[in-house]
Amino acid sequence: MEVVQLQRSFVEYMDSLFREGFLDAQFSQLQQLQDDSNPDFVVEVVSLFFEDSERLLNDLTMALDQPNVDFKQVDAHVHQLKGSSSSVGAQRVKNCCIPFRNCCEEQNTEACLRCLQQIKQEYLLVKNKLQTLFDLEQQIVAAGGAIPMVQ
Amino acid sequence: MRCRFGDTETHFGVLVLIQVMGMAQELHVLAVDDSLVDRKVIERLLKISCCKVTAVESGRRALQYLGLDGEKSSMGIDGLKVNLILTDYSMPGMTGYELLKKIKESSALSKIPVVIMSSEKILPRIDRCFLPRCLEEGAEEFLLKPVKLSDVKRLRDFILRGEGDDDKLTDKKIKEACSRKRKFQDDSTTQVTAHDIESSPESSASSESQQQKQSKIG
Repeated sequence: MEVVQLQRSFVEYMDSLFREGFLDAQFSQLQQLQDDSNPDFVVEVVSLFFEDSERLLNDLTMALDQPNVDFKQVDAHVHQLKGSSSSVGAQRVKNCCIPFRNCCEEQNTEACLRCLQQIKQEYLLVKNKLQTLFDLEQQIVAAGGAIPMVQ
Repeated sequence: MRCRFGDTETHFGVLVLIQVMGMAQELHVLAVDDSLVDRKVIERLLKISCCKVTAVESGRRALQYLGLDGEKSSMGIDGLKVNLILTDYSMPGMTGYELLKKIKESSALSKIPVVIMSSEKILPRIDRCFLPRCLEEGAEEFLLKPVKLSDVKRLRDFILRGEGDDDKLTDKKIKEACSRKRKFQDDSTTQVTAHDIESSPESSASSESQQQKQSKIG
């Protein structure tokens, strides 16, 4: 595929991610921190986010599976997930964390499980979207083009 | 070093000016955060703002790095003077608030400015009015996460201005104390005690004015 076409697809895709609320301004901030001396910064941070999130989602699943749920522990995990999703601009994941923390406060296991389900879905969605975005970037670079800056 | 920002020329212009005035310094920042993602981001924010960074994952590690077991200097164990400590508030083990207290209690380290970062302004479940408490305990500033490049640049400029001249820093602090109602050792007239914050009916107003100030800065 032509570089120009790839670049156009990239811009359109990126636009859609912001429009649909998957990403927020913090993601743009991360992109601004990337330059020739650190060309993979965004991918590196996002990869850390993926690892971190998967660990936390596992921990949450286990914690809610206990006969006596430790809601403080659950809340602590959700707080961490909220923090890291906020730091990378994964808006929809971050937003799921807020009602989740309320359910922890109410010590409502059923509600927490529903929240966990929701977060897992949102996480998988944004992971998929970001991987698609990074693939597009690689294709552009492989075709000899520059990755467009999207404001 | 290339930076791709609109105000590149201004940025370098300021750096050159500072060097000419003989205050050339690369700030060494000790960043403390239990989140790996956040450490990576803050490290990049600081490096892009021309700071040396040491990033650690806990208050305990921070104190180890600072050699709190008897060293009489603010040198890190690698011999680099620490100009600023930037710490997350919510951390397992030792919170940012506890770390702040330990630093301010140490004669060797109390002069190092400490800035607290948090994703929340109030933690009603854990700590009512934690923001005023941190400022009262001597924190220089509070940053709302996610931290932005503009926050870091502002911090850096503030610290750089203060580094060369201790008297100026005190005057500046006193002026700010009057507007922010922070407690400083030199200025007892602006003291706000823990008792005042927790028991007075204005406590919510004072934390609200802190929030307003923060949203003005941010």
